[in-house]
Amino acid sequence: MADALTGPSGPPPKRIFSRTNIMLYGTLLVVSIYYLLPLYVMVVTSLKGMPEIRLGNIFAPPLEVTFEPWVKAWSEACTGINCDGLSRGFWNSVKILVPSCALSIAVASVNGYALARWKFKGSELFFSILIVGAFIPYQTMLYPLVIILRELGLMGKLGGLVLVHTVFGMPILTLLFRNYFAGIPEDLFKAARVDGAGFWGIYFRIMLPMSLPIFVVALILQVTGIWNDFLFGVIYTKPATYPMTVQLNNIVNSVQGIKEYNVNMAATLLTGGVPLILYFISGKLFVRGIAAGAVKG
Amino acid sequence: MNSVEIRELDLSFGTVNVLAGLNLDIAQGEFLVLLGSSGCGKSTLLNCIAGLLDVSAGQIFIQGKNVTWAQPSERGIGMVFQSYALYPQMTVEGNLSFGLKNQRMDKEEIKKRVSKASEILQIESLLKRKPAALSGGQRQRVAIGRALVRDVDVFLFDEPLSNLDAKLRTDLRVELKLLHRKLGNTMIYVTHDQVEAMTLADRIAVMKDGVIQQLGDPNTIYSKPTNKYVADFIGSPSMNFFKGPVENGAMQINNESVSLAKYDFHKPYNGLAWLGIRPEHVRSGSDANDCDFNATVVVDLVEPMGADTLVWSTLQDNPFRFRVEGQTDIKQGDKISIGFEIERTSLFDIDTEIRL
Repeated sequence: MADALTGPSGPPPKRIFSRTNIMLYGTLLVVSIYYLLPLYVMVVTSLKGMPEIRLGNIFAPPLEVTFEPWVKAWSEACTGINCDGLSRGFWNSVKILVPSCALSIAVASVNGYALARWKFKGSELFFSILIVGAFIPYQTMLYPLVIILRELGLMGKLGGLVLVHTVFGMPILTLLFRNYFAGIPEDLFKAARVDGAGFWGIYFRIMLPMSLPIFVVALILQVTGIWNDFLFGVIYTKPATYPMTVQLNNIVNSVQGIKEYNVNMAATLLTGGVPLILYFISGKLFVRGIAAGAVKG
Repeated sequence: MNSVEIRELDLSFGTVNVLAGLNLDIAQGEFLVLLGSSGCGKSTLLNCIAGLLDVSAGQIFIQGKNVTWAQPSERGIGMVFQSYALYPQMTVEGNLSFGLKNQRMDKEEIKKRVSKASEILQIESLLKRKPAALSGGQRQRVAIGRALVRDVDVFLFDEPLSNLDAKLRTDLRVELKLLHRKLGNTMIYVTHDQVEAMTLADRIAVMKDGVIQQLGDPNTIYSKPTNKYVADFIGSPSMNFFKGPVENGAMQINNESVSLAKYDFHKPYNGLAWLGIRPEHVRSGSDANDCDFNATVVVDLVEPMGADTLVWSTLQDNPFRFRVEGQTDIKQGDKISIGFEIERTSLFDIDTEIRL
């Protein structure tokens, strides 16, 4: 019977160098080179000494690898009269980032939970107003905020910047959490109420354990947003409390002395490293965080 | 004392009245089924009894206590949901004890109750598992267990079997009935499945548009439906209906005058009426000869179902269905004589559709 099977049978043949594959992978290759080339130049330049940079071969790999520029960027580069490098800005940024993230996520998740599951009179209006807040350009609020912070005695202090970041994170984070909690089956919420759990009981013991993925998303949004922020940092702090981005700008745009391209590149890579590392770690967390069979199925 | 009493209950969402002036008394230990198609307000009523919805007007009493303003957890009710609603991050044991922990019950007592409930439901071997690792039937048992451990007076079921496959549904239905017999609690059960309603209920409340159409034991609902809606809703395949004039104790059906002497009228009636006859009450072949009504019909379609066969035909320009025995050689196009007894029929007013 074996020879009875004539004509196409089994899986269709696959050609590796088909037209589709060449187009697909060709495009991907070109796009990745386009985006990775600047990064390559930065890394390479940051590992060269100044004499080598002056030769002008920006694409050439370093002949002599040196970590001097990295050390200098971290602990010796000068901004104005301070010559302790980016390290101060890094720790300032950490001091801003941690409380801002914790506070904004904590408040926004409770907001979202209340707006999704404990509707009160006017809750929809409240939510709409909050969302409108996301569409107003930050720039229009800069000066009013200066006055508010001054009156609160927080102008130029880290606490002031934390407050600003928390408030500005509220619209988008609340929207995020509300929609996520609204997607958790209502029956679960009802069952918990029948079981005698209250507002906080349901939040902490039912909703929170089911919401790791959305907390990771919120964390990524906030960490990248706050870490990369320049505008608020330069306006609401003073030189001693400048976050890393502001300090980076001051190092790179320094007009005195010679332009140390290698130090500038190293400083930029250091500053951009934090969000980059977060992206790499969170990919794994994402997969692990997706909750298993909540209701049926 | 009644277990649950509902007095003049209103519920409206904005301008939409879902329930209006609803009264219902449920006796101690009764199994009451709220039956209706989707959107009839049966689940809404259950949610009101549970305290998950605030009522717009009226009162609810459970075990003689006015619980209209009480929280769900204070009402002495346990609830089982269609989607099971098990807490996914907790083990079965955690699911069962969650409500008890919220009451700050003593650990020993919690343990005792969990083991007792899991023994009744035969889920002892599953206690350490998470819901994701359970089958549909096992999950539903855990959901029942969660109500069971709380030792409540009234169980509320919101279509608990609707998510299960057909075979499991039949098995669990029997188990639920046995459980009710064993526990003797009052149970209120919402479903759109009339078979569940007929098999489980002590009394059925058929609902439509937020109004209870008929409240009675399954037998009465089946054989003496109070209006055309109930008659049509109960029974599968549903009742055959014919329009005809009733005059001087006789009705014109299929150009034939049929005496209604054997029909149990509430009061004498003259005028147009609906006559309803269930497919299973139609006789066919030689059995049909000495019935009150006789006719010959042409077979349009035959649906064999194993135990019996459903035959579709046309009578007085209306589709007419009747049941014959399973092993039959009736074919499409056959001419067949049918008949039925008047005492098996239901007559309804043509306008109000209320039983005559």
